Amino acid sequence: MKQKQKWATVYLVLVFILLYTPIFYLIFYSFNEAGTMNQFSGFTLNHYSALAEDARLLIIALDTVRIALLSALIATVIGTAGAIGIYYTRQRRAQNVLLSLNNILLVSPDVIIGASFLLLFTLVGFQLGFYSVLLAHIAFSIPIVVLMVLPKLEDMNANMITAARDLGASPIQVLTSVILPSITPGILAGYFMAFTFSIDDFAVTFFVTGGGFATLSVEIYSRARQGVSLEINALSTLLFLVAVSLVSGYYFIQQQQRNRKKLSQLDPTVHEKAVTP
Amino acid sequence: MKKLTSLALIITVLSIAAYAGGLLLEQAQGTSGQDVFHLYNWGDYIDSDLIDQFEEETGYRVVYETFDSNEAMYTKIQQGGTGYDLAIPSEYMIERMIEENLVVELDHTQIHGLENIDPAFLDLNFDPGNRYSIPYFWGTLGIAYNEELLSDFEFSSWQDLYQLELENSILMIDGARELIGIGLQTLGYSLNSRDEAELAAAADVLSDLAPNIKALVADEIKMYMIQEEASIAVTFSGEAADMMWENESIVYVLPEEGSNLWFDNMVIPHTVQNEEAAYAFINFMLDPNIAAQNADYVGYSTPNEAAMAFLPDETVEDKQFYPSPEMMENLEVYQDLGLEFTGLYNDLFLEFKMFR
Amino acid sequence: MTKERKWLAVPYHLWIVLFVIVPVMLLLFQSFRGLDGSFTLVNIQTYFTSRVYLTMTLQSFFYAFLITVLTLLISYPAAYFLAQTRHKQFWLLVLILPTWMNILLKTYAFIGILSQTGFVNQGLNFIGIGAQQLLFTPLSFLIVATYIEVPFMLLPVFNAIDEIDGSMIKASRDLGAGEWQTFASVIFPLSLSGVRSGIQAVFIPSLSLFMLTRLIAGNRVITLGTAIEQNFLVTQNWGMGSTMGIVLVLIMFGVMFLTRRRRKGVTVR
Repeated sequence: MKQKQKWATVYLVLVFILLYTPIFYLIFYSFNEAGTMNQFSGFTLNHYSALAEDARLLIIALDTVRIALLSALIATVIGTAGAIGIYYTRQRRAQNVLLSLNNILLVSPDVIIGASFLLLFTLVGFQLGFYSVLLAHIAFSIPIVVLMVLPKLEDMNANMITAARDLGASPIQVLTSVILPSITPGILAGYFMAFTFSIDDFAVTFFVTGGGFATLSVEIYSRARQGVSLEINALSTLLFLVAVSLVSGYYFIQQQQRNRKKLSQLDPTVHEKAVTP
Repeated sequence: MKKLTSLALIITVLSIAAYAGGLLLEQAQGTSGQDVFHLYNWGDYIDSDLIDQFEEETGYRVVYETFDSNEAMYTKIQQGGTGYDLAIPSEYMIERMIEENLVVELDHTQIHGLENIDPAFLDLNFDPGNRYSIPYFWGTLGIAYNEELLSDFEFSSWQDLYQLELENSILMIDGARELIGIGLQTLGYSLNSRDEAELAAAADVLSDLAPNIKALVADEIKMYMIQEEASIAVTFSGEAADMMWENESIVYVLPEEGSNLWFDNMVIPHTVQNEEAAYAFINFMLDPNIAAQNADYVGYSTPNEAAMAFLPDETVEDKQFYPSPEMMENLEVYQDLGLEFTGLYNDLFLEFKMFR
Repeated sequence: MTKERKWLAVPYHLWIVLFVIVPVMLLLFQSFRGLDGSFTLVNIQTYFTSRVYLTMTLQSFFYAFLITVLTLLISYPAAYFLAQTRHKQFWLLVLILPTWMNILLKTYAFIGILSQTGFVNQGLNFIGIGAQQLLFTPLSFLIVATYIEVPFMLLPVFNAIDEIDGSMIKASRDLGAGEWQTFASVIFPLSLSGVRSGIQAVFIPSLSLFMLTRLIAGNRVITLGTAIEQNFLVTQNWGMGSTMGIVLVLIMFGVMFLTRRRRKGVTVR
């Protein structure tokens, strides 16, 4: 048993190294005196001070984060509601049709999505800029949320709903205290995927942006003509550190809350015990 | 449930914070001026100091957006979601935009300094009388190679690329017209050939070139050449200039058979909202001092004759970048091929990529 | 009850109409248009008779299949082991975080890592194999594409494994099943829903990867995505691009059909 655990740890560490190699590579070269990601010639913080003065890039970074946070949030809300809708669709065939429609955006190449959204926005006369980008990001993130939430719904014990209803719970109560708690991991997964999609997107944003609004990937792409400047590495390093600290901070707070909860386990008013993963 | 609501709350607060942060930065920078000028240009195709200078001199606030291909720019301007005031497309696209009424006719009484431009770059086929466009930069397609790594080789023509010893070593620009054009010019045909037999012959001769091609790439060519991942590349003159700046072993040559000559000109698209600013920018760019500074930064050749005086001698005298009139005669400008032949070129190109 | 539920899904249905059905209609409409704008079946005919397009489709399929298998092989054990660690949610996030780094930037990092003078080749030199041409090969494309897709497999698989009721595993052991048997007859079948979502989330987008095909593979690998991008942005042959888009949508239907849930309630809960 011990032996097995050791192998598990070794494997996870390997995967970790694999996934982080390019990240560490980028971070390492953000301190490179020479301007490229090739030969390391000496340590410098120049790229960081250049970044501090580059207000345009900083504004773009903040805009990118804002778009990602908001679009993922809205997409998660709409997507979760949609998944519940699909789950409750009685006919098998209707369910399949809905799911197929859902997945179309996942398979469409970004260029097609971008071009057709551009057509759509101009057809309606929508001004291109922050809101068009936000709307586009929400639109292409919804299907992944549905895909993450739906399996959780299907695994949910349907008897719980019946039981809750028999006990006189209102539809909203059923939703908030039976359905949502049991699909929370799926919702969170959906949010993270949506966030990731938004942060990663280049092609769609490129088409639907306007009025000088840009996200990081669009900006990086246009700057990449001269080879990516290490200022971008510096910025990514900082953003990455922020993300790591936010995630660890959040996790730490959660842990503390959970520990407190454990202490109050004897308290019969605590229902959420079964819910938190 | 509590967990979900609190998370949603945190996210909302964070995004408001990001918004506020952005506003603060904008205010600190003073970029929230009223008189906006929308410039739509290739990525990294202007010295950013010049944008600052233009803002200072004229009081306009420049909103700078970039594109990576003429076609992407065309799509966005055609759809007209944003009020671009000035764009800088290439000649064949300008021809098409004129045809489709996507550009505004220029009022020449408002343009000052056109006499600085070399007459050779004015009144060209794609825009007779420069009714719609003003030259910005021009350049060629040629061969960039590393003298150190390829000391046994001489390159002066497209034909030289076919040598068997060069197996798997050429970086080729990822463009249909560029690649098919090399095939056509190797055989002595025109770059704008609309003869199916000639095109088939070109595709045939290119299949001999295929084994020598290491990769078909785009802007990255510059990086690869500087890092010596490859020793030879087919690329544009300005890209080559940048490579030579970073790696002294690199040389750029214009092939004897001839090559492509291209122009990027400033146009006022139909989406214009601030015409006054557009003219101010055109006049700014026509200034010899400004044009020289920009050419020095970007690396492409300037059409501004008066600006040549402000450029280093070694740049101006370099025949590979400012070719002699005889060499110029060998160069050909792309013409709009029409839909059918554009399609054929691209089919041949795709086939080349698939089965090389 | 039903009324509220309907109301709940209204934004979602609105989304389907506006951002799915309308664009697909536009796409369909475009795919029946020739270069001159007239109604024609020529695009579909070209697609299904052209050696180039058919080979490309098969090639895309082949690479997407390999990428999916590789990501599954890497992610499944990782998700399985991860589910047994103490701070599993935290470590999961740590493994997902690299996806937030800009993809183009990571690609450039890979270019540095895999280049002639990069550290993989330095390592190969060190152990005496000598530097190899790694960039511009299908292998490097597979490596980078797998790298990019792993998190999208890891997450759903982890969620499925994590959901498995601990008491089932215990019951299986109590009934005398060994480690392997428990895995094969309890854990694996119960994690299949996650594997299915993972395959959907990886295979389908892998068909249309572009940018990587040029940056990492130097166009030695051509996927449907590359060709579609070419048709939309370079040739401006939106008709052909749309036709390929429709083909992709049809392939997606196929994948969905193959990975669908066979029967509801197979798993005893």
